[in-house]
Formats: sequence, structure tokens, C-alpha cells
Amino acid sequence: MKDEVTREERVDNLKGLGCSRKRVEDARFTQGKGNYVDDIKLDGMLFGDFVRSPYAHARIKSVNSEPALKVPGVLAVLTADDLRPLGLHWMPTLAGDKQMVLADGKVLFQGQEVAFVVAEDRYAAADGIEAVEVEYEELPVLVNPHEALKSDVVLREDLVAEDGSLPDGAHGPRKHHNHIFTWEAGDREPTEEVLANADVVVEQEMYYHRTHPCPLETCGCVASMDKVNGKLTLWGTFQAPHAIRTVVSLISGIEEHNIRVVSPDIGGGFGNKVGAYPGYVCSVVASIVTGKPVKWIEDRMDNLMTTAFARDYHMTGKISATKEGKITALKCNVVADHGGFDACADPTKFPAGFMNICTGSYDIPTAFLEVDGVYTNKAPGGVSYRCSFRVTEAVYLIERMIEVLAIELNMDAAELRRINFIKKEQFPYKAALGWEYDSGDYHTAWDKALKTVDYAGLRAEQAQRVADFKAGKTRSIMGIGLSFFTEIVGAGPVKNCDILGLGMFDSCEIRIHPTGSAIARLGTISQGQGHATTFAQILASEIGLPADSITIEEGDTDTAPYGLGTYGSRSTPVAGAATAMAGRKIRAKAQMIAAYLLEVHDNDVEFDVDRFVVKGAPEKFKTMKEIAFAAYNQAIPGLEPGLEAVSYYDPPNMTYPFGAYVCVMDIDVDTGVTDIRRFYALDDCGTRINPMIIEGQVHGGLTEALAVALGQEIAYDKQGNVKTGTLMDFFLPTAWEVPNYETDFTVTPSPHHPIGAKGVGESPHVGGVPCFSNAVQDAFRPFGNKHTNMPHDHWRIWQMASKLGMHD
Amino acid sequence: MIPAAFEYYRPKDMAGVLSLLEKHGDDARVMAGGHSLIPMMKLRMADVPHLIDLQDVGGMSDIEISGDSIKIGALVTQTKIIDHAGLAEAAPILSEAALQIADPQVRYMGTVGGNVANGDPGNDMPGLMQCLNAIFTVIGTDGERQIAARDFYEGAYATAREDDEVLTAVIIPMPKGGYAYEKQKRKIGDYATAAAAVQIVSGGGACVSASIAMTNLSDVPVFSADAGAALVGTSVDEAALKAAVTAMLGDIDPTEDNRGPVAFKNHVAGIILRRAIARAWSRA
Amino acid sequence: MSKKMHVKLKVNGKEEEFLAEPRELLIYTLRERLNITGPHIGCETSHCGACTVTIDGKSVKSCTMFAVQAEGSEITTIEGIGNPDDLHPLQTAFKEHHGLQCGYCTPGMITRATKLLEETPNPTEEEIRFGMAGNLCRCTGYQNIVKSIQAAAAEMNAAKEAAE
Repeated sequence: MKDEVTREERVDNLKGLGCSRKRVEDARFTQGKGNYVDDIKLDGMLFGDFVRSPYAHARIKSVNSEPALKVPGVLAVLTADDLRPLGLHWMPTLAGDKQMVLADGKVLFQGQEVAFVVAEDRYAAADGIEAVEVEYEELPVLVNPHEALKSDVVLREDLVAEDGSLPDGAHGPRKHHNHIFTWEAGDREPTEEVLANADVVVEQEMYYHRTHPCPLETCGCVASMDKVNGKLTLWGTFQAPHAIRTVVSLISGIEEHNIRVVSPDIGGGFGNKVGAYPGYVCSVVASIVTGKPVKWIEDRMDNLMTTAFARDYHMTGKISATKEGKITALKCNVVADHGGFDACADPTKFPAGFMNICTGSYDIPTAFLEVDGVYTNKAPGGVSYRCSFRVTEAVYLIERMIEVLAIELNMDAAELRRINFIKKEQFPYKAALGWEYDSGDYHTAWDKALKTVDYAGLRAEQAQRVADFKAGKTRSIMGIGLSFFTEIVGAGPVKNCDILGLGMFDSCEIRIHPTGSAIARLGTISQGQGHATTFAQILASEIGLPADSITIEEGDTDTAPYGLGTYGSRSTPVAGAATAMAGRKIRAKAQMIAAYLLEVHDNDVEFDVDRFVVKGAPEKFKTMKEIAFAAYNQAIPGLEPGLEAVSYYDPPNMTYPFGAYVCVMDIDVDTGVTDIRRFYALDDCGTRINPMIIEGQVHGGLTEALAVALGQEIAYDKQGNVKTGTLMDFFLPTAWEVPNYETDFTVTPSPHHPIGAKGVGESPHVGGVPCFSNAVQDAFRPFGNKHTNMPHDHWRIWQMASKLGMHD
Repeated sequence: MIPAAFEYYRPKDMAGVLSLLEKHGDDARVMAGGHSLIPMMKLRMADVPHLIDLQDVGGMSDIEISGDSIKIGALVTQTKIIDHAGLAEAAPILSEAALQIADPQVRYMGTVGGNVANGDPGNDMPGLMQCLNAIFTVIGTDGERQIAARDFYEGAYATAREDDEVLTAVIIPMPKGGYAYEKQKRKIGDYATAAAAVQIVSGGGACVSASIAMTNLSDVPVFSADAGAALVGTSVDEAALKAAVTAMLGDIDPTEDNRGPVAFKNHVAGIILRRAIARAWSRA
Repeated sequence: MSKKMHVKLKVNGKEEEFLAEPRELLIYTLRERLNITGPHIGCETSHCGACTVTIDGKSVKSCTMFAVQAEGSEITTIEGIGNPDDLHPLQTAFKEHHGLQCGYCTPGMITRATKLLEETPNPTEEEIRFGMAGNLCRCTGYQNIVKSIQAAAAEMNAAKEAAE
């Protein structure tokens, strides 16, 4: 048989690794045929919605549902008293704390769920909510964690024993009734000692403000209890559908095989949709009570006020160096505001996530980190908003400390980074706070970035601008924002990482169909990342069938293998690895089939793109398509029919993507208005699966970083009222406020990942926030700025300028 | 977000509107594009038992430009203002301002009448109409009356229009000279941190007359006669700018919100005003 | 509850008639009454544009309009812009240039863009960014949305030229 197709064409036909394959998801999305949770419509479906507390801290004296039950269309009103007999008035959080499903005697934050109104339609539900009468007795409000740690006001009476003593929390002893945990990493005494004897030491307090992932689609679910068959189906915006199934089973007592959890299309997650929320529990209960499907969908105010804030870290960094700028030690203390319940979505052993990656990309021999979690009268959450667990906080801290140290040393911040980078030959690198970085080549990336932007030229231009400003020729100043970040993604090794005891492996199950197409199912769930496109590419390269012939399915726990879901950039590092490994199992069996068909020994055939060929005789081959057919239809001695594989992958380590970013910004010191003139982003995410999608992820992550750095916040007043509850005040940039980004890359494959990939979705956010912030702060450096907290919105930039006397 | 239930009316003429207003008193509200009112109803911050939609009432959707004045019907949208060639010639400040209101979708629906009649201190048109010394026509059961824009605003959401009256048109004396509408906001779709509307007439190198108003710096739009007067007779030099800003700062009364503290708003008001004056002067 | 009112609309070329409470928002009419679920709800305060539809030639945020207001009007949603056998150039371009990720903003984004290109057939980047500023996207950073709209404009202009 003559092969008229060249090898190169055969590779192209697969649309495998490294190609910018167009997304298969887009056909339905561009035609309005996505299927999001609020698109689900079932016969007899009811609507549930919450009565929410207007107060941040109050005792509930009474809840009168009677007037609501008189509203036409209202069927039921659930309160904590109704859930108590079921043991569902509280629920476990992902952080080992518990959270009220419905207010049990008191409320701890504004917007907290007080009662759940179930009605025939959303209009009746809304009217029912208005009619429920709740009597509150206001209590003193604590919105500052430092004050909370000193206050006599007890937020969580349930966590104080009758004799006034404090039982241990999920993460050990508690030192105050509003204290949740202390978590330490590294060596306290040696670090203190180095800091005490160093040439140069700087200390800097910084507040990483509270913000919110705010995907365009809010959270929601539809619960449907089929009482005839005893089956519960729960559709919802779940970034971790399998974990939700297990949690629902554990708290409801319904056996796991009788629960089907489905994540349909998800309109963005960014961490918002990892946790379990009272709306899910109440919908399930309401469906059980009424025997009908119940839908609950947050509105935007509910979303911003109650589900899944991010950050809110009060950090103090202390860094020491030699006179020449070689860093000798880093100490970091954090007071973490967790709100009324500890509902952080972190692996169990890491109550402050991977904050201990805060030594960054630098070879820092000694370090110590201490984090105290604190209760306040703010919403619970503490999710990883477009980052791995607390990694944005860690990278922000170190990238600000580097800048502050550069000021102290009177050094160029780019050079200071360069002389402290972990060197290529030091990988795998064991960091002072415990992590083993798998790979990196930081100097190459940094040099490429600085050269591309003409860093020296930019500094010269900036110096001229400073001179012009001082001479009164301009009111505009210029900042050069630098950031070099190392992420830690792909949680993770089961030995380190679990959530509520569920190990953080992930999975892929593949079935090859007789005609040479396939379906693969994974334990993850895409929320826009394009899994259906990219996982098929991984498989195409592994099994030699075109990506276009491979369906990827996720999100239905009845069909997909168990996995921990998509967040913390774990899909490619963990499920992507499982996909490659399952593909290799397919290939191993295919090799035996090919050898049988070609009548040679197994070891005499080798894989070549889309076929097995006889070694040394490339004209003798069987394509994977032929092999698939034979697998089902030809009796092969010693082999079961079929061609399927499943892989559960427990990664040996995290992956460590890194990148070098530069932002050039002009700032009007009189109005505080910023103008991003240029943004260069070099990312190294190891092996690149789909460059088009990587670029898209970088654009999106940078834009979310821009928002956080320049204005996006969840702000509270002293009474605990949320001041930023709608999109008028919560900053989501429009196309008008966003620049074009230049993207670039280097490739340093992960040595332990089957295809060398590392994950990229969150890198641009992690690296972007400090880069935008550093650009603002760098502009003011020549005028005396050392550090100013984000967000850098107009008035706060104006305030920086004022404090530096630039308006005099 | 679901509004409370209400009765909806879509009368075909003004008589129908007025009789509904008379019948329901302050339980009734008229609505044009609805883009200020409907969000407030959804948030249940506005209670409107009787909603009267003006869209079928004729005679309020035209822009008429005569020799010495411009009449804009209350139902004329921001988009129509922006697209209107005659207006671009006669009063370009209108489209310069309208382009800085909200976003494209909202501008298709948002009307001049709604923007000026609502009394929201954040709206742009009220300040602009102060600058242009517009006259608002309102109609009630007792007939039509005219109210000067500069006398119209009494407080946040409180105006000289009675509950049973409808604002039907805005009449603007033909603007003269250079113009500018300068606005600082946090993003598209935001209200102004500070915005300034300026019209300046020059003659022989000096300012002959100047009209200046600002937005969202008090509970009402601020027309500052003194700020305008400070420019008259000058070459709009530094001293004059300073005097105009000082006069304006005496007239505004900003409050702290998410856009910033009072000191910032005062500062930005001064900066925006300077820029508006400079731009208007360069066009005078 | 208040008295239901008779509403007659034309949606994507099809006559629709029904009785609705006055407070029924147009977005719910489309999504829940007519099962046209392309337009989405993102913010509910007329900031995000996920609910954008075209009504009598205007781009409108259908979460900020009551169905009764739309009585007598013609409405086009993403479902009426193209079909699998005859995609609109914008639908093709968004896929070609990776102008979407989670897809939630996409129907409103494309619907708005059809109107933008109708009014400004050959837009500059600045005109696109300004003309699309009523539609929020949390995923793409807009860069590829701009690129998609530019590509669609070029495609549509070329087709127009070829037809002339």
C-alpha cells in the first residue's frame, strides 16, 4: 500500500500538541446554544431564594414566615428550625469549619442567608422574601481582623466552650475567641537571627485588599429529587462536581450512587464556584420536601456580597540582604481576614494555601512564614481567585519586597531580581519554606523580557520624564512595572493535598470506538478554558487519532471518573497527565494488536504519529484506525476485545510555571488616571498544548489582574455594609479600559509531567497584579514612594501624589 | 432582582398621561427609556405602583433647530443626539456630553427628558443644561409652564416639577462660542467623579461671556455664575483660571463615596474645570 | 400580583403572543417563556450587556426593559443572527480568532457587534472598543474580541464588494 500522505501531513491531521486548534466548544456558544444552569427548565420546577440579613452582626429574635406563606405562589419558607431536625442547619466548610446554612440564632455578615422562600416562580419568591418578617437585635460589628483579635465581642459562640475555654480548631490551638488558626512554615529562630545581623533589612506592611472572582455567570443550581427512584440529581455551577457529590452524600445521608451531580456549561469560575453554598443545600432540601425540582440562582448583589471573596491578607514582610543585594532571609507575617466562617478553599494541610511559596523566584536561604486566620463580620470565602491557593498573595508580597529592598539598596529592581534568581542549574530547587521547584530557567526569561522592551531605554525615558516633571514641564509621570513570578500549581500529590480528606488526584477514562474515533471523560470541568479542545489534542498526540475524532466529556458524575475538579490551574498538570497516561495504556494495547496483525513480535513495532510500523520496514504498518477496528472485531489470542483505558493520576510534585512581565504606564498625578502604554508578558508554562488558547488565557488573566490592581475591591464600611455590591462600583473593566498585550514565551518542560506541561490559566493573574501595582509604585519611586496599598484607583493614586507633595 | 408588582399604562396622548397622574398622584411615575428607573425598581429602591410609559405619546421625539434656539423633545435619546447632524453643527457640546454617558446600549434607550427630569445628581444632562441655560417645558392638568434649568433642581431626586406634571421638552438658547464637556469617571458606565460643561464666547482676544456648570459635586447640578464671571474680560490666563476654579469650589459641595473623599473631589473638580475651560477657549 | 397584559412581539421573525404581568422583564420573557436562552443575565443593573438583543434596530439590554414595553416591536437575539448552515461572519470570526472562552457573554457580544458593524462597517480599533464598551467579558481581556470583530468587518466588506 502506497502512503501518499507525508509524515508532516499526518502530524497536522491529528491537530495534536502544539497546534492552535480552533475550539470545538465555540459552535454552540456563538449560536446561543450553550447550556448553563439557568437554562435548565424542568416540569413543575420551583424557585427558591433567600431572605438575607441587612446587618453584619445581629441576634435573630424572631422569624415570622406567615405573611410570606400568604403570598400567592409561595409554597414554603425554610428556616434554621426547619433544617435542624435534619442536621442541615449547619454544613461543613472546605476548611474544616462549619457554616450556618440558614441563620441559627444570629447572623455574622451582611447578606447572610436567613430563610429560604420556595415558590412557583421567581416573582412569587421575590414577593415572599419581602413578606418574611425578621426581628434583629444589632450587635457590635468587627470588620478589622487586628481589632477582632483584641475585641471582647465573641463572633462565634459555637466555638467557645461553656467554661469559656477555646477548643482547638481544625488547624490546631486558637489564641483568642475570634482567632481561627496559626500556621507556620520555615524556621523562626534562624530567620530572626539572620535578620538581626544583616547588612540591610527592610520591613514593609502591606494590605492585599478583599476582592471577588465575579464570573459573569453567578452561582446557582437545580436540585431534583426523584422520590420514585430515590435518586437526587443536582445540576449546578460546580468547579468540583465529584467533591460536591461526596459532600452532599455525607451531609444528606443519601448514598453516593443515588446522587448525580452535573456541571453543565459554566460561565466562568475563577474560584467562585469551588465551594459549597447554602443555596445548594436549601435547594436539595426544598426538592426533597416538595418533591419537585427547585432552582436557585444568585443575583449579582448576592454573588458579590456572599459567595467567595478572595484575598483580604494583612501582610508584613521583612527582608534582609548583603550590601551587594544578595538576599539572605525573608520573614512574613499575615493576619488573614476569613470573615464569619472559615470557608477557604485550600487543601486541608494548608490553611493559608501555598502562601509558603512567598520566597518567589529567588534563592533565599532562610525564611519563615506565620499566618493567623481571624473571624470578622464579613462574608466567608477566601477562595483562590484566578490563582493557585493564596499564590497571588505570596507573589505580591515578594515582588513588592524586592522593590522595597531595591529602594533601600538604591539599586535597579531588575538587577536586584537577576542577582537573586534561582539559577538554572539549581533545579530541582528545594526552597526554604519547603517546596521543591521542579524546573526553571529564570535568567533566560528575564533577559529576553528586558531586551524586548528595551529596558535601559525605558529607564532613560523615565529619568527624562522625572526631570521634566520637576521642571514643571509635565504633570504626567511614568512607571515601569516589573514582575517575575513563580507559580505553584497542579494540586496535587495526594500525600500533601486533600480537601475534606478527598485526595487531589485526577482522572481520565478513554473509550476508543471501533471506527477509530473516541470519547474521553475526565474528573475536571471546563469553565471556559477549552478542555474539550485541548485534552483532545493531548490524546491525539498520544494515541494517533485526530483530535477532531475525539469527544471530551466532563462534569457528569454518573459518567465521568472521579476527580477533584478545575481550579488552581490543576487541570492540565493533573487531569492532563491522567489523559496522557490513559492514552499510553491505549497505545500499549494497540501495540500488541498491531504486532499481531503485522505478524511480528510486540517489540518489533514502534509508534509513529498515527500508526504502528514494523521497525526498519516503514511500509509495513497498521494505522490506529485499523487497530481500533481490529480491537473490537478480530479475535486476538490472549487479548480481551475492546480498547479502553482509565488512569487515576497522583502527581509526584506540583508544577512551577513562571514568567517575566513588564508594564509601562503613564499617570496623571492631578486626576490619578492611569494609562497603560505597553504590557509585555512572557510566560513559561512548559510544553505548550495550544498556543492560541494559552494566549487567550494570558489576555484574560492580565485583565483580571489589571482590575484588581487598579480598583476592584469588596469594600465595607464600619457597620459591615458592603459598599461595592453592584457592577457600578465593583470594577470590571470594559474593552475601553483594557490595553493590548504583547505575549511571549520560553519553554522549560516540567520534568515529571508526562508531556512536560505546567498549567497557565492563572499565571497572568498571579504575575499581573504585582506588575500593574509595581508600575504605579515605580512611577512614584523617584518622588519618595516606598509602598502604597492597592487598589490604585484614581483617588488613591491622587492621594499618593498628595502625600509626596506633588500637588504643592 | 424582581421589581414589586405594578400596573402598567401606555397612553396614546398626553391627556391620557395627565389623567393617570391625576388619578394616582405620587403612586404613579412616568417613564421614557426606563434605564434609570427600572434598575431602581429591580433593587426595590423605587416603589412604583403605577407605571406610565410615554413611548406612544407623540410629539416628544423631535429635535427642532430654529434661528435662536433648539428644542429637544423629552423622548429624544442620547443616541439620537449623537447622530444628529444639525445638532453637531448648532450645539456640539450636546453630543460631546452624550458620548460620555453610560454605554452604547444605554444611550439607545436613555432619553434627554429622563436624564434631566429624574433629578439624579449623577446624571450628566442636568449640569449641561445649567451651562446652556436651558428651559424645561412641563405640562400638567393646568397646562404648560416653563421652568429654567437653573431653577429646576432642589435636591437629590427633588425638582420643581410637580408629581402630576410631565417634562416634555428642553429648549436651549442657541449656544455661542467655544464649548467643552469634560468628565472624569472610573470606567465606562460610571457616573462622573467630576464633570464640567463650559461655553465661552471670545471677542478681541478676551472672554466676552462664559457659562460654567458642573455635575455630581453636590446634590444638585452646580451652575456657578461667579466662575463664569471670573473669566469675562480676561484672556483666560492662569489668574483667570485660578479665579474661576476658586469660585466654583465655593459653589460645589461634594460628598465622599466610592469615587473618593471630599478633598480629592474638590481637587479633581478644579482640574476638570481648568481642562474644560482650556478646551472651550481653544475652540472659542 | 397585578393584572396580566396582552403582549405581541416578533422574535427572530416569529410572531409571539402571550399574557404577562407588567413586571415581567424582557430577558425572562425570552429565556423562560419563549425558551430563547442565548441572551444571559449577568448583572441585572444594565452594566454587563450579557442580555443584549436588538429591538427595532437598537442594541438593548433586555434585563432593563419590561416585556410590555416591547409590545409591538421586532426583536433579534443571537438565535436569529445565523444558523448552523449559514453562520453570520461574526460567529465564524469569534471562533476563528478565539474571541470567547466561557461563552457566557458571547451571545450579547455578537448581537451587539452586528449592530456596531451595521452602523460602522469599517471600524477602527478605538471605535470597536468604544462601541463594545456596554458588554463585559471576564475571560478574554477583549483583545481577541476586537480582533474577531475586525476580521468579520473585513469579511463582510469583501463580500459586499464582491456582490457589487
